[in-house]
Amino acid sequence: MPYGPHTAGDRERMLAALGIDSVDALFADIPESLRASRLDLPGPEPELELAARLQGLAGRNRTDLASFLGAGVYRHWTPPNVDQLLLRGEWYTAYTPYQPEISQGTLQSIYEYESLLAELVDLDVVSASHYDGAAATAEAGLMTCRATHRDRVLVSKAVHPHYRQALLAYFGHGLELDDIPLVADGDAAGTTDLAALERLLADGERPVAGVIAGQPNFFGLLEPMAEIGRLAHAAGALFVSVIEPVSLAVLAPPGAYGADIAAGEGQPLGIAPQYGGPYLGILASTDALVRQIPGRLVGMTTDVKGRRAYVMTMRAREQDIRRDKAASNICTNQALLALAASIYLATIGPHGLRDVAAQGAARAGRLETALAAVGAARVHPGPYLNEFAVRVPDARTVHRRLIERGVLAGLVLGDIIPDEPSLADALLVCATEVTTDAEIAQFASALATELAGSAMAAGGPATTSASVTVEAAR
Amino acid sequence: MTVVGEQLQPSLFERSRPGRGGDKIPHPPKDALDRIPADARRATPPALPELNEPEVVRHYVNLSQLNYSIDTGFYPLGSCTMKFNPKLNEWAARLPGFASLHPLAPDEVAQGTLQLLFELEEWLAEISGMTAVTLQPAAGAQGELTGILMIRAYHRSRGDTERDEVLVPDSSHGTNPATASMAGFRTITIPSADGGVDNEAFKAALGPRTAAVMITNPSTLGLFEPRIGLLLEEVHAAGALAYMDGANLNAILGRFKPGEAGFDVMHFNVHKTFSTPHGGGGPGAGPVGVREALLPFLPSPRVLRSDDGSFRLERAGERPESIGRLRSFVGNTGVLVRAYAYLRAHGGTGLRQVSDDAVLAANYLRKRVGEAYDIPFDRVCKHEFVASAAGIKKRTGVRTLDIAKRLIDYGYHPPTIYFPLTVEEGMLIEPTETESVETLDAFADALIAIARECETDPELVKGAPHDAPVGRLDEATAARQPNLRWRPMAGAEMPCPD
Amino acid sequence: MVPSDLRYTKDHEWVRVDGDEATVGITEYAASQLGDIVFVELPDTGRSVAQFAAFGVVESVKAVSDLFAPLSGEVTAANAALAGSPELVNGDPYGEGWMVRLRLAAPDEVEDLLDQAAYDALIAAG
Repeated sequence: MPYGPHTAGDRERMLAALGIDSVDALFADIPESLRASRLDLPGPEPELELAARLQGLAGRNRTDLASFLGAGVYRHWTPPNVDQLLLRGEWYTAYTPYQPEISQGTLQSIYEYESLLAELVDLDVVSASHYDGAAATAEAGLMTCRATHRDRVLVSKAVHPHYRQALLAYFGHGLELDDIPLVADGDAAGTTDLAALERLLADGERPVAGVIAGQPNFFGLLEPMAEIGRLAHAAGALFVSVIEPVSLAVLAPPGAYGADIAAGEGQPLGIAPQYGGPYLGILASTDALVRQIPGRLVGMTTDVKGRRAYVMTMRAREQDIRRDKAASNICTNQALLALAASIYLATIGPHGLRDVAAQGAARAGRLETALAAVGAARVHPGPYLNEFAVRVPDARTVHRRLIERGVLAGLVLGDIIPDEPSLADALLVCATEVTTDAEIAQFASALATELAGSAMAAGGPATTSASVTVEAAR
Repeated sequence: MTVVGEQLQPSLFERSRPGRGGDKIPHPPKDALDRIPADARRATPPALPELNEPEVVRHYVNLSQLNYSIDTGFYPLGSCTMKFNPKLNEWAARLPGFASLHPLAPDEVAQGTLQLLFELEEWLAEISGMTAVTLQPAAGAQGELTGILMIRAYHRSRGDTERDEVLVPDSSHGTNPATASMAGFRTITIPSADGGVDNEAFKAALGPRTAAVMITNPSTLGLFEPRIGLLLEEVHAAGALAYMDGANLNAILGRFKPGEAGFDVMHFNVHKTFSTPHGGGGPGAGPVGVREALLPFLPSPRVLRSDDGSFRLERAGERPESIGRLRSFVGNTGVLVRAYAYLRAHGGTGLRQVSDDAVLAANYLRKRVGEAYDIPFDRVCKHEFVASAAGIKKRTGVRTLDIAKRLIDYGYHPPTIYFPLTVEEGMLIEPTETESVETLDAFADALIAIARECETDPELVKGAPHDAPVGRLDEATAARQPNLRWRPMAGAEMPCPD
Repeated sequence: MVPSDLRYTKDHEWVRVDGDEATVGITEYAASQLGDIVFVELPDTGRSVAQFAAFGVVESVKAVSDLFAPLSGEVTAANAALAGSPELVNGDPYGEGWMVRLRLAAPDEVEDLLDQAAYDALIAAG
């Protein structure tokens, strides 16, 4: 046993105390006909060999590429103190703080998470916490239905496709989900179509519970959030803003433009990409919706001696007490990731967070210039923060070839949104504070070579050269 | 109104001083945000605290020391399987190849992780006797929702649309009925009889409207459901499907494979059975195994192996009957790396030994605790058992809650109390396989000593804990007038201890 | 001992009938079983409730219970004071801790309810 304590003598002592000679007697209650077949699995692996196996697998992943891939998960500089503090066993080997007297560390840290995020989103109540941005958005959609006693939600087509799919899965029973189309062309191309939204809201037969839009949206564009909120509220619907937390250091927060609920992915706050999770679902609301917000809440109170202390509160909303009438079935949450986000925010501070957001915007601006110089122009003209789509002929092939040149050229939009012809030849690319000028130059240069190659293969003249690109990126 | 105790910590906001903090990020150019329209910009910066790194480190180290954890002591929290969390697993999950891999990285870039996930699915399928496993659900509760949504899709695919009920035993986890409601089903609660499902009530409730039955086996009382074979036959005869809540899998590794026995779908709690850390409440991961009939409905994307031996994710729309996705990306991969390492470290023989040792420890402790407490179901248990202080309460007025709080003074985390709801003054005790017999004895001695204190000095027990960082809390005020976030203006009124 | 001028449900609600109007709350026994009550969810005025159907929810720190209407009728008032001071239910369950007033649809239904003696017996039986 790799971690078990029992010697043969220990086991014998326990068996003797129970008056049995074999542990098999403790499984006699499993009917014979239902007993398991032998576990057809390899034998135990000593730590040294297992470590080598794990290193081998990790080594088969290519994380050496110059990456411009974002699409909801972003590379950032995480100060090393975040992970070193997270590695304290008192944090990660504790469980839900059911016994507040010996869980004040976790409880205070969650209360502080709620407070930090409340500042960031400018709303009153922050749930701690949800699985990821998609699940948090789905829960936000359900919240609007409970709060308004209506059963139809509108979601912008520029919300992350995975979030929209999660909404669809969570909305399978008796609730309706309608897409809000996007503006097709002009200055606002790629953002939520306000005129279409107004029409969808005007259907008196099918009143709308909530309107969901993202800021920045999936294509990196800035949405007219205040307008969307006004239209939603005028129709008696709630407004859900899907946010990216780092951007809130520089972009107007949901509370400032009238959002009732904010949902989003907390991964950019000090959490590694790790191929999909664990991440941090952010879910926040106004005070008016505090009874509707699912998930744990920690509040400040006092102990018997009047000392400040923290405790899980409003527990009777949750599944372990309310069972089939609970607002959500959520039980396990992402407390350790909420802790990571808190340590990250405490370490980086308000000025640091602004620098992260602004630096990403600056690098993205240089990326735009460099890519445009080699012929990859933006798909949408509107303002963006640090992510944007570019038009690249035969995007899927080019994307694959660039990997051979050491560049992960963002996301092939046609792969994630296959039903949108206007995005068939587009890449979604991003930059953050960790994106270097050298990486931008490498991307532009490699892209120039690929485009020249395919242009020549097609018989046309090469329009750009690698040297131009490098110049543009500087 | 409040003061900060000796061992407690000022909040991050109280520690903040304007101007503190270190430059972690180079300053951006002044014009970085010029292209952002003014109305989209934040007018006032967020009032986040300003601290230098040493202050941050001290804050979180001191806070951590107010926590009880597996790494500091025995944590027999029934139903939660608080076993040791191997350090190798933490190391593995942080290997840069795993940690920095983007979830939308193309398959050719992600072969190592895809192989790991593929193998993990195979291991879990073998352990559970299921045909296939999805690793997507982020936690057990999301796994339950995944399972119930697949069951709904299964019935619908057969044109069987009248089934709108899910049967759940009264001893189940709250997540079961909450999940059924989320998926649009009505929950029918089945009473217990002698520690198992009441078969008569069960048969009466089962019918053409039953979509699924959700059973935890071993039950939340730590008892193997003796009539499980019969129950499963009845479920299938009624055209319903059987869901197994795998929360208690730690008891039956290598002894009982739910898929072989006739369960159609089950979830795994990897933070329980496979040692991934509980993290103060999460993260978890809730893989779900299914038998043949539910394969078409598994969430997408699945991890597939191509003919050339390489691995790939299923493409959008590749399996049209899929229930879709309940979260972003492929799953909580970082958690799954840890579970994989745990499985490989044990191998098939080690996993069976895990359950043997967990069940042996629970039965040994049941015997010892029975010296001073009622054991409502005093027969062979699986990995956990219920003790009750009902007799003590009758004699002395001391409640299970008090005894739990007194255990804190003795240096232990209390067991799960008042769950399952069906046992009066219940304590659900789960020792796990990683605790030594000396620890088990010392814990039993402590419980026995407390039982004696209940007779000799009940007020001592009722006032516990006496040695914790804080005493019992005013939970009523916390719920009536919730204070859920720091308000900077309140800071001035708060005395700051440093 | 519980008040003698009231009628009771098996689910521990009380009702005080006054002509075709009635006031509803939960009994002292129910309040003490629940413990510190922290939230009461009540229906809007104008809503119709059916006898023995759930019309609201009462929450304590660690428990939750549905409220069942003793009699059918239309809600004419809900006790707004409970929103800010749910502890009134613990402190004065038969007075300031009342929950809703109903305009009765079928006053005869009162015959289906327990009187003081029957309710005392119910509690005594535990």
